[in-house]
Amino acid sequence: MTEQGIGARVLRKEDKRFITGKGRYTDDIRNERQAYAAFVRSPHAHARVKGIDSAEAEKMDGVIAVLNGKQLTGDGIGNLICGWGVSSKDGSPMNMGAWSALATDKVRYVGDAVVLVVAETQAAARAAAEAVIVDYEELPAVVHAVDALKKGAPQVHDNAPGNLIFDWGLGDEAAADKALKGAAHVTEMEIVNNRLSPNPMEPRSAIATYDEAEDHYTLHTTSQNPHVARLVLSAFYQVAPEHKLRVIAPDVGGGFGSKIYIYPEEIACLWASMKTRRSVKWTSSRSEAFMTDAHGRDHVTTARIGFDANNRIVGFKIDTVANLGAYMSLFSSAVPTYLYATLLSGQYDIANIYCNVRTVYTNTVPVDAYRGAGRPEACFLVERIMETAAREMGVDPAELRRANFVKSFPHQTPVIMAYDAGDFAGNLDQALEAADYKGFPARRAEAAKRGKLRGIGLASYIEACGIAPSAAVGSLGAGVGLWESAEVRVNPVGTIEVLTGSHSHGQGHETTFAQVVADRFDLPIENIQIVHGDTDKVQFGMGTYGSRSGPVGLSAIVKALDKVEAKVRKIAAHVLEVSEDDLVIENGQVKVAGTDRAMAWHEVGLAAYTAHNLPAGMEPGLKEGAFYDPTNFTFPAGTYVCEVEVDPETGTTEIVQFVASDDFGTIINPMIVEGQVHGGIAQGVGQAMLENVVYDADGQLLSASYMDYAMPRADDLPSFAIHHHSTKSPSNPLGLKGCGEAGAIGSPPAIINAITDAIGNNDLDMPATPPRVWAALNAASAKIAAE
Amino acid sequence: MTEISMTVNGKRTRAAVPDNTLLVEFLREHLRLTGTHVGCDTSQCGACVVHVDGRAMKSCTMLAASAEGAEVTTIEGLSNGELHPMQAAFKENHGLQCGFCTPGMIMSAADMVARYQAAGRELTEKAIRHELEGNICRCTGYHNIVRAIQDGAAKMAAG
Amino acid sequence: MYDLKYHRATSVDDAVAKRAAASDGQFLAGGQTLLPTMKHRLAAPSDLIDLRGIGGLAGIEVSGRNVTIGAMTTHAAVAGSAELAKVCPALAALAGGIGDPAVRHQGTIGGSIANNDPAADYPAGLLALAATISTNKRKIAADDFFTGLFSTALEEGEIIVSVSFEAPAQCGYAKFPNPASRYAMTGVFVAKGGGGAVRVAVTGAGGDGVFRHDGLEKALAAEWSASAADGVAISSDGLMSDIHCDAAYRANLIKAMAKRAVSAA
Repeated sequence: MTEQGIGARVLRKEDKRFITGKGRYTDDIRNERQAYAAFVRSPHAHARVKGIDSAEAEKMDGVIAVLNGKQLTGDGIGNLICGWGVSSKDGSPMNMGAWSALATDKVRYVGDAVVLVVAETQAAARAAAEAVIVDYEELPAVVHAVDALKKGAPQVHDNAPGNLIFDWGLGDEAAADKALKGAAHVTEMEIVNNRLSPNPMEPRSAIATYDEAEDHYTLHTTSQNPHVARLVLSAFYQVAPEHKLRVIAPDVGGGFGSKIYIYPEEIACLWASMKTRRSVKWTSSRSEAFMTDAHGRDHVTTARIGFDANNRIVGFKIDTVANLGAYMSLFSSAVPTYLYATLLSGQYDIANIYCNVRTVYTNTVPVDAYRGAGRPEACFLVERIMETAAREMGVDPAELRRANFVKSFPHQTPVIMAYDAGDFAGNLDQALEAADYKGFPARRAEAAKRGKLRGIGLASYIEACGIAPSAAVGSLGAGVGLWESAEVRVNPVGTIEVLTGSHSHGQGHETTFAQVVADRFDLPIENIQIVHGDTDKVQFGMGTYGSRSGPVGLSAIVKALDKVEAKVRKIAAHVLEVSEDDLVIENGQVKVAGTDRAMAWHEVGLAAYTAHNLPAGMEPGLKEGAFYDPTNFTFPAGTYVCEVEVDPETGTTEIVQFVASDDFGTIINPMIVEGQVHGGIAQGVGQAMLENVVYDADGQLLSASYMDYAMPRADDLPSFAIHHHSTKSPSNPLGLKGCGEAGAIGSPPAIINAITDAIGNNDLDMPATPPRVWAALNAASAKIAAE
Repeated sequence: MTEISMTVNGKRTRAAVPDNTLLVEFLREHLRLTGTHVGCDTSQCGACVVHVDGRAMKSCTMLAASAEGAEVTTIEGLSNGELHPMQAAFKENHGLQCGFCTPGMIMSAADMVARYQAAGRELTEKAIRHELEGNICRCTGYHNIVRAIQDGAAKMAAG
Repeated sequence: MYDLKYHRATSVDDAVAKRAAASDGQFLAGGQTLLPTMKHRLAAPSDLIDLRGIGGLAGIEVSGRNVTIGAMTTHAAVAGSAELAKVCPALAALAGGIGDPAVRHQGTIGGSIANNDPAADYPAGLLALAATISTNKRKIAADDFFTGLFSTALEEGEIIVSVSFEAPAQCGYAKFPNPASRYAMTGVFVAKGGGGAVRVAVTGAGGDGVFRHDGLEKALAAEWSASAADGVAISSDGLMSDIHCDAAYRANLIKAMAKRAVSAA
């Protein structure tokens, strides 16, 4: 390891602009002749649009255009689509309802966009938007997925009878049933996974600029994957052909999944830019963000797990209803299926698993991937039911887990995944040791003296990152390949630009990616520049989500570095008149091993570009590109231990200890990796104890601002103890597994297991707010009193 | 329109703005000081925190006209050339990820430390966490922000 | 925010005159509630009359046990007042728990009580302290001032100038914050006067805003202790129920916060 290479805690290169206020986020950009957009949004959860009267609005000062959905579809702008086709068990395709960027006939959730106003100022746009009169015929609404499946429920889309999008299954149902029938012990649970709003601190923003002379569009947008945005905008929405559309995602203030998707606003602004011949800017308010950013999770599940007399799991059967909201967002179908059911084996050797998933339309904001995407839902279910089973069977929860761990690799689960590496017991042991698990009874007794109820909970999570390989995901219905691209440009002076299809919106790629290059060629990190987020600079890429930037994005860079190194060796061997095998690259030089003969790194660069003395037949220049398609997912895993104290008077829970033992494979920058885990755990704490999207029965969003949606604050959280116990992934050249989502996946079950342990009542839904914990505590007391 | 004049980052500024212009709009749109951010509309996230006459305030919850005659400092003016100790501490302790909440976080932190040091009060981890009630970060889990503020406080005390 | 006309008042009379001249004028104090409400277009005053420039409206005077706080005194100033902390630390602590540091640098006591948010802290403090609210026209007892949700006894053209009270022998405040807004889900202020009279005011819980709790007052007058508060039956009738918690939980919080307030006193 060098000072700036793989494994070093290198301070971030990108920080300087952020700490001095010089970051450049989309809303910071102001174009020439920039106009402002405001949307007229539905105040109803479900209504027919009978008419739109824009006459008053059009007359108002500063108004440039008032545009509606009929004009949009009339101009041939296509509907928004879900890019992953999932079929029902009977083979029928999913029932995808039409989603126009501006509603034409019907609105299906509060916030559904109906009209777009473009004006000279933001104030004028908003004022005019208020003057547009939309004539609605209100329709009954449905909010909860289980209700939407009931007979006679309001019908959200005509082509999805009974609001069912698909009824999908994975695994062998008969085998799971048989195993459960013969089980010595069966634990059954109903589990609700609460609905969340991702809330990156930077609200979404888009600036669309049409250049009439070139018939060309530029879109600045808050995107995690600008190339996918360009592809979808051109191929499916027909806003502009791909070669006439440049998408730039500059500094992006967090995403957590919510900025993967193409939203109606980006489409509408691009189209309006062409219509008005102006640069059109829209920036979401936080209130709009709550109403329109894709939500996460929202599952209702019943599950049964069976054990034999030796406490070994024999079968697991799961039935899930997943709420996808009013429309199918870009990856919505994959989240409760291939990113969820495939992880239901957890860290355990389970021979028989069957999972049924019904996805459902409701009159709510579309639901899609949010940090973890499907895997938190799977982990919460598996780790809650394991803890519950241990309590029912009177077994130590840690030992029940240990007894059922997968111990040899590769391990094929009955739900597609083939785990390739891990040491689950090693992570469990490390976490238990760090948390002083053995000392817990004494700590509980001491807390009781202070009037506090102390509890401890574990979660041994596994997840899958770097969705791959492309052929496999294609066979499962994905509309895109899930490889990554990279280009390494060594300049004539030896400095290096790395162009990557990954996108950084907080992950620190400008530093970690540069570390890998510095490590490879033993160069100062200052000489390496990472370029991303612009479709005119980077040829193509799939972006950043699913913790894929390391395992997939960096692997593409490594592959390109391999090619660069090969050429560097050829050039140096030719110039120095030695065999390539005699060369070593170190200290900024390409040296002949064991001698003082060398070419400085920049001399190799210069030689490549002057081309005065290259091997016969070699092309000049030193620039290599690569596409990397992984051979498998990667499988980060680990154990989290959470210890809480509950105040019985108010039901307030304090997390007094949180210990993580993660296996992320190779770690490039421990400082950044720990930061990712901290943030992930905080979002997990948010889900477990604070955050909840609440609609009333009419579909009005009640948790529509930070006044009613509880974001984790500094005083809600403890400091975290992060430990690593790693096994390398065999599926990519650096042995990386990915670290972006683990914290959000492993923490919720650990927390709920701890709280339920503390209060002696296992019946507790997320978020475990003080009133809920207090009620559960009272119910437990009442039960004891009755007995 | 209202005539306003104030000193922003040491520079005298005079402008005529619509009466309903918020201080943050004046900073971002009129002065193009885009380091001050807007992350919510309920005065809770703190991405917009600046110093007005030496005190941390939410520039999204103040009319520009109300800052008449005030000395306003934004993240861009927190230091001259060299990094302010709190800026350095955020970098050295990895107290930021996406960077969006960071300017408000640093402005609040500098104000917090200055107040505690002026009053001779000890700035414990618990106090830091409590004082950050009005600054929301979605990336870091606050762990390293707390470390950064502890370090920044030590650096500020050392002068 | 809708268009408006901004005015800077130079005196109380000037402010009153400017508001009278406006079609739908509003006074602007710290603005920490009014401005967000206006940003959401839930309030649309034609004119805002900024009170910040008026001299003499801010400041804290402590004379013996008599306390007077100017209407434009910020929460931060109240929280940080050494004089106040000597005679009535509970009110200083209450002010130090309102909003967050940046909000406390702008928000004012006058603005807070004029708004009378049912989850605000000051109404509980002033009601329990039997404070007098002085306006440009008259003096109003706290018992008469807070008249319901977001409503007060203030009349058209009336501006709060100061609040004053005699610091009680003992007082304490405990608040259970709403995890999202950090306003009081329930806050209880207890005060025991020199003569032994006890006043208990509850905020955040009542369906009609801040109120005094008779049962707690009687129990604490009989015995000033947390266990005395513990013995009081708290009815959930008339308490708020919302997405955060139900009335039963708020009833429980009234008791829990009363106990803590007494312990802190």
